[in-house]
Amino acid sequence: MTATETPTLDDVPEPAPVDPNAVSITINGRAVTARKGDLIIKAAEEAGDFIPRFCYHERMSSVGMCRMCLVEVDTGRGPQLMPSCMFAVSADMKVYTDSPIAKAAQEGVIELLLANHPLDCPVCDKGGECPLQDQSFSHGPGESRYVEEKRHYEKPIPISDLVFLDRERCILCDRCTRFADEVAGDALISFTHRGNLTQVNTFPDEPFASYFSGNTVQICPVGALTASPYRFRARPWDLQEAESTCTTCSVGCRTAVQSTRDELVRYQGVDSDPVNWGWLCDKGRFGFEAVGSDDRLSTPLVLTADGHQPTSWNSAISSTVRLIRDALTAGGPSSVALLGGARGTNEDAFAFARLAHDVIGTPNVSSQLVDGLPVGVLGLPRATIDQAASAKTIILLAPDLKEELPVLYLRLRDAAEKKRSKILEFTPKGTGLTRYAWRTVYYEPGTQAEVVTAALADPAIAAQVASGDVVIVAGRANLAESAAPTVAALSALTKALPSALVLPALRRGNVVGATQVGVRPGAGGLDSRGILEAAASGAIECLILLGSDPLSDVPDADLARRALAGARRIIAIDTFVTASSSLAHVVLPAAGYAEKAGTTTNIEGRTTALAQKITAHGTARPDWMIAGEIARQLGTELGFTSVAEVTAAIATHVDGYDRVTADALAADPNGVIAVAKHIDPINEPTVTLGDRNAYDFRLVVSRTLYDAAVGTAHAPSLAPLARGAAVFVNPLDIARIASAIGADVTVSSSKGRVVLALRADPSVQRGSAWVPFNQPSIGAGSLVIGDLIDAAASVTDVRIESL
Amino acid sequence: MTTTTATTYSYTPGFYAGDRPRIVSSRFEFEDSFTLERYLATDGYAGLRAALAKPAPAVHDDVKNATVLGRGGAGFPAGTKWGLTPPGVFPRYLVVNGDESEPGTYKDRLLMERDPHQLIEGCLIACYAAGLSQCFLYIRGEMAVAQERVAQALNDAYAAGYIGKNILGSDFSLDIVLHWGAGAYVVGEETALIESLEGNRGMPRLKPPFFPAAIGLYGQPTIVNNVETLANLPWLMRHGVDAYTAIGTPTSPGTRMMAVSGHVKRPGVFEVINGSTTFRDLIFGEEFAGGMRDGHELKAFVPGGGSAPWFVADQLDLPLEGRAVGAAGSMVGSGAVMVMDDSTDIPAAALTLTAFYAHESCGKCTPCREGGTWLMRILERVVAGHGTSRDLDQLIQVGETICPGDFPHASSEALGLAAVPFPYKMTTICFVGPSAYTPIHSALTLFRSEFEAKLMKRTFIPVAAASAPSSLTAAAAGAHS
Repeated sequence: MTATETPTLDDVPEPAPVDPNAVSITINGRAVTARKGDLIIKAAEEAGDFIPRFCYHERMSSVGMCRMCLVEVDTGRGPQLMPSCMFAVSADMKVYTDSPIAKAAQEGVIELLLANHPLDCPVCDKGGECPLQDQSFSHGPGESRYVEEKRHYEKPIPISDLVFLDRERCILCDRCTRFADEVAGDALISFTHRGNLTQVNTFPDEPFASYFSGNTVQICPVGALTASPYRFRARPWDLQEAESTCTTCSVGCRTAVQSTRDELVRYQGVDSDPVNWGWLCDKGRFGFEAVGSDDRLSTPLVLTADGHQPTSWNSAISSTVRLIRDALTAGGPSSVALLGGARGTNEDAFAFARLAHDVIGTPNVSSQLVDGLPVGVLGLPRATIDQAASAKTIILLAPDLKEELPVLYLRLRDAAEKKRSKILEFTPKGTGLTRYAWRTVYYEPGTQAEVVTAALADPAIAAQVASGDVVIVAGRANLAESAAPTVAALSALTKALPSALVLPALRRGNVVGATQVGVRPGAGGLDSRGILEAAASGAIECLILLGSDPLSDVPDADLARRALAGARRIIAIDTFVTASSSLAHVVLPAAGYAEKAGTTTNIEGRTTALAQKITAHGTARPDWMIAGEIARQLGTELGFTSVAEVTAAIATHVDGYDRVTADALAADPNGVIAVAKHIDPINEPTVTLGDRNAYDFRLVVSRTLYDAAVGTAHAPSLAPLARGAAVFVNPLDIARIASAIGADVTVSSSKGRVVLALRADPSVQRGSAWVPFNQPSIGAGSLVIGDLIDAAASVTDVRIESL
Repeated sequence: MTTTTATTYSYTPGFYAGDRPRIVSSRFEFEDSFTLERYLATDGYAGLRAALAKPAPAVHDDVKNATVLGRGGAGFPAGTKWGLTPPGVFPRYLVVNGDESEPGTYKDRLLMERDPHQLIEGCLIACYAAGLSQCFLYIRGEMAVAQERVAQALNDAYAAGYIGKNILGSDFSLDIVLHWGAGAYVVGEETALIESLEGNRGMPRLKPPFFPAAIGLYGQPTIVNNVETLANLPWLMRHGVDAYTAIGTPTSPGTRMMAVSGHVKRPGVFEVINGSTTFRDLIFGEEFAGGMRDGHELKAFVPGGGSAPWFVADQLDLPLEGRAVGAAGSMVGSGAVMVMDDSTDIPAAALTLTAFYAHESCGKCTPCREGGTWLMRILERVVAGHGTSRDLDQLIQVGETICPGDFPHASSEALGLAAVPFPYKMTTICFVGPSAYTPIHSALTLFRSEFEAKLMKRTFIPVAAASAPSSLTAAAAGAHS
């Protein structure tokens, strides 16, 4: 034997490192390893022994109310009956989940729960997917000895516009009430009465008006809570389901899209640990109604002397191509502009970006609508939601996240409530997170850069931001000011805190994805405001609206109107006829959500798979297919014939998307982070604040969750929830206006004048006025708030006078 | 200064003095015992002066050395409890549990109605000794007179400088906040009381943390003491540890207030020597309840408030001491003895208690919420004469869903029963659920024949007779049963 054959240290396999958190326990006589701190119920489930439960929910604190999870636990003092959702595992613990005493306790609880349960399963929406039903079979005694009369209540009673409560079915597990209090922060439902008459109810005249009410329906372990959009629409065994991602906003919550007979009937939240923890907002949850709307565009339309006429796809595509060719002839490639793309998939955006940049050759491409931030914000070091929700300091320079990115609000609220993070908020107006913020620094619109600089000089704030990692959530808090003041404040922050990560709070479903895959200005190209201004001045020969509606969404309404009037040719690809697409020369019907597969990218850059669950409405097609067809007729093959090929092309060609492959997405439903590496930095803007003169209020305009946008307006359950237009001022400013709360007042700026009802809101700072954007108009012919806004001005000052 | 309250008693559960040491009830014999004048005339606030003359840790040590046991039911030593607060965490609170609502118990009510200043003085001493920042006095919603008199006493004590800033010229300052409950039995449980005090629904808190001493009122360290416990402190401070421990037994020193109700000659609250007095002394002693009503005999008694398993005459010679009573199958609990004589309808008596606990369930745990009411419904049927023998079995079966396994009960020579010691296993968080079952279990175990006597007698018509309508009357007359 030579020396080289002698085993060396390197050949000895290293002993597996001992997990310091491992705890050895015995479950039903089987030795298993659990993690320190895990509750018995969770450790048992992971070991394959399911303990029945009703009140226990992994994402909420344990309350030990239903007593269903009682098991016998021996910690050395003999077996004790313990609720397994209340006690953590400890070393050498012996757990018996089905010993005679444990079984007797579990069967007893089922019998007691069923004693007063109406057993109206045949007419109950939950029947077939009901934990009470299932566990009565798996862990119940099989029969009831209860012969007494059951409790009776009026059923069901509405507890909000969307949710109905059947108190007879309720088993008082505290899940909905706990969710409302702990997770949503809207403790509007609670237990009333006591003992045998305990019931869940709202407070008198205070409906359960929570943006998250639909989650209570999903987590209800019986059919006590039902949501009006789904009530009696399907039976669970008739549902088909596909896992997908919600694209209502850009948080990217994972959902289970459920349909029956090729019609969407329900979305359920899927627990994605890095994103939504199983929760959805009501707008996302009930948005399926708009997909199935009868108002959906089903055939291509062309503009004739008699208005829009239905036509075939062949002739519509030919018309589209002719419009583009004519524009190219008349004004060259840069006279064509593309606006939109943030509502579709990455594949849609990529195909249109290729069409615009490579086939047509125009750099004038933008996925935003004068209401976002410069593309450069996506080039800043990007945070994930998890990083934000665990950062020592979360700096908010963002719109009201509860209104615009509701589930991000839940995550950040949780971070503040559980004392992981301190929120430092810069805002012109109180927001949903103000209650939870460590410090809220109010600024007058336009002055945020100075206010941020001054705040960072404050010793307490300086000590806090220096105490650990910082994540900045950056977005446009005010549509009545240009992006410049926010960009200036953001660069003040990033300069002062160079290691801070940034989470962009851009709102539209796939705005980050669309921008990253190429729907952004090319070299020397115009941004969205530039495109609209060019169109208004007559320099745009052809304007392509890719699922965008500038007339509703651009804050400067006058600019949008002039742009659409000035654009010589308009091509719209849309799901509905909107204010803008009704002016288009050709309207091409696009496939909607769940009607096409693909990928989407959320604010983190997290790219996840979207599922096609139903066939597209009418003859609607996915956008990427439309782009490919137009490109082909313009003489260039984009080179893909299926959505999988587009996804593959993105992975091959797009900066940062190299890991976004079909295999990677299939392997991890939580997706792959894709962040573009090469994005031009933001130019330092200049902010000029004019003299206020007689304009004594500075205007704040921001979005609310429910507004007049197509997705909400065409969902019958959601449309009535929009709060309506009004101007809100601080109660102390009411006297200055010489008008009364509720009365109509004139709000005028240098740009225009609108009439709105006056309301008081203490979250509005003195000297400013807040108007929710894009609300359903009240009364005929009323003007929109956008008439006051000048996209070219840094801020908007208004005068408020009684009529 | 003091104004006498306009409220008068129509009936006062009596206090009967005897030749016994009186620690907490020494002023009960005075008509104006609740006034500051009377209090000051009878050594009032002398205990506070004595306490303030010493450093706080020395006062704490006195309470520890005197082994002042908690009088709320659990019998946990007060001095030890005060020591459980985490060091250096302020503010920390004293919460006085005046939500005395156990059926049959009314000792704290008398202590608050008859001697409110003694309680206030006790609170001051406790806060001084344990370094507590503020005191909250929680009085049960139904005790109007107690509320009024404690409120008046607080006003008088504030005016006289016994409460507030720099008490008696010392640098000890304290505020006492009076809070009236809204009437819920479960709020007598200390964590539910804290919830109620915070303005929430009175529901027991989850355990752990097992003691509010660590995390209590408003998330701060909190000591919850019973009224009687605190009422002991002024006497202890005045007379010293040795005088206190000279009374009673080494493990249970001092005296204890016992409320006796039911079929005795003289129901009332009696201050008895802790540990050595027996149930026989209390029920039959001349200076106490004075024995059964003439012509009647003892049938059963509840030794420790409505939630305690019942005793019969066999257990009369047990001392009023936790361990002995526990081994015999019940508990001393809150200091209430309810006596039933031979005229008692046992199933109806059990129903009264069960109905109370079913009504008082907070609704949190399924077995208590559903099981308690179910037990009540079945028992109502039995008491009304519509029950069947299956109902009696079912009472036990439903009870077992609340308390699986062996349930404690007393021994009975007549029935040949051996005692099952306290406590029981339970499927609920707190004791309200099991308490609904306790009277049923005790009554059925010790007096099953009385239940059987109430069962419905079915009259069967023989098949042959039933087929011949003409013989129906005759068949029914000679019915089988």
